Amino acid sequence: MTTTYEPIIQFNNVHFSDKGMPILKNITGSFQEGKITTLVGPSGAGKTTLFRLCNRLISPDSGEILIKDKPIEQYDPIDLRRKIGLALQSATMISGTVYKNLSLPMTLKGEELPEEDAKELLEDVALGGAFLNRNVKDLSGGQKQKVSIARTLVNHPKVLLLDEITSSLDRVSQQDIEELIQKINQKYGTTIIWITHNLEQALSIGDNTWVMMAGEVIETGRSDLLNNPRDERVQRFVRGDME
Amino acid sequence: MSYLALFLSLIFVFIPLILSKTLHLGLEKDTIIATVRSIIQLLAVGYVLQFVFASEQFVFIILMIILMIGAATQNARKKGVTIKGITWKLIATFVFIEVLTQAILLGFGITPPTAQYIIPISGMVVGNSMVLAILFLNRFTAEVEARQDETELILSLGGTPKQAIHTSLVTSIKASTIPTIESQKTIGLVQLPGMMSGQIIAGADPVQAVQFQLLILFLLLTTAIVTSIMLGFLSYPTLFNDKMQMLKIREEE
Repeated sequence: MTTTYEPIIQFNNVHFSDKGMPILKNITGSFQEGKITTLVGPSGAGKTTLFRLCNRLISPDSGEILIKDKPIEQYDPIDLRRKIGLALQSATMISGTVYKNLSLPMTLKGEELPEEDAKELLEDVALGGAFLNRNVKDLSGGQKQKVSIARTLVNHPKVLLLDEITSSLDRVSQQDIEELIQKINQKYGTTIIWITHNLEQALSIGDNTWVMMAGEVIETGRSDLLNNPRDERVQRFVRGDME
Repeated sequence: MSYLALFLSLIFVFIPLILSKTLHLGLEKDTIIATVRSIIQLLAVGYVLQFVFASEQFVFIILMIILMIGAATQNARKKGVTIKGITWKLIATFVFIEVLTQAILLGFGITPPTAQYIIPISGMVVGNSMVLAILFLNRFTAEVEARQDETELILSLGGTPKQAIHTSLVTSIKASTIPTIESQKTIGLVQLPGMMSGQIIAGADPVQAVQFQLLILFLLLTTAIVTSIMLGFLSYPTLFNDKMQMLKIREEE
């Protein structure tokens, strides 16, 4: 049962707006430690903004965010961002090789990522060590997403925020990544929060699900809620009547 | 040079005016404004300099330098309006450059401490610093905008604001100083520098004119590098808050 798990990230009445436009409205809820929670909802629901709040790239206008029961402001931003890893759909790369990108989290600490570790990470994301010295400008969108996931794993985060990371991948690669994330979750107890447009994926890999629409959390619970949503808007979204 | 000769030099203004009118380039108004402004400004400066040189009062030298820094700041700040407190950052940069260069020149006795040397050299130093500041701010604001995702990525992985902005900063410093360094490589081969040409036309010994020109070139090298670096390091912290968040970051999905 989910109730036996402690919340790792807790939102209490969180509001966020940009240039006077409300993006997130009265968000309350928690993500359970060690669980995989999927975030679903139409574009513009505020899902990515929620991730930026968790990683503290932005701060809420009002309300509080607790990380392990402690207000997020009490954490050092650098330590927090290393523990709460973020991989965005855009899979931004710095110019240079795949290795340079994988090594970036270590470079920022003034350290170096051993080549062997980098190759292992590439194997984990089903790219293969041969990609190590490839220039990132020669990679496809899907390959960049894989490098982006591997790069986020370098910091060994306690929480992984994954934003549509399989959207540019083919079916086989998508399954590889799903298996990898599930493996990380089981092996290290890493909490996973995963934004996806793929409801099938949300159902199959998520323990819990949040459904968000227009800046609000509409329904939360075990992922099978998607089979039988209570809210009429969620029913329409699940049927595909709403994007 | 006689006033008649000066008047005849206006032919060089009529040529672009006629061409602009004939080809409908729409440059007439700006050409006339530029011509009138340069006549008034340069004549005014000429009379002011005549007065300052004759008075031999140090306070007038300081006033002239303040005027130059004020005008340079006013001109350059438009390019950096998105950077908080840019006016003071520019003033600090120009004052620092002026003090640094004059301290070296006067301290080592390279130039004598008279208005005749201090004012023209200050004009070249502050003017060059202003151009560099404009080049730097233009490039830096564009780089910050273009590399927003990269900056955010580095912050999200636990990088400091300085690490996150490093590429934008270094690229902008390099890009703004390259023209100064490059132009020094071909100087004398392609064109004779304006100051040196002016001295030669006025009847000075060409070798002495070259010596002064070299002094100015080396001075401008320092000015270029110091301006870009100082302005860069003063500017980047204002792009972040104390929570290490980028202040102008996109929030859309």
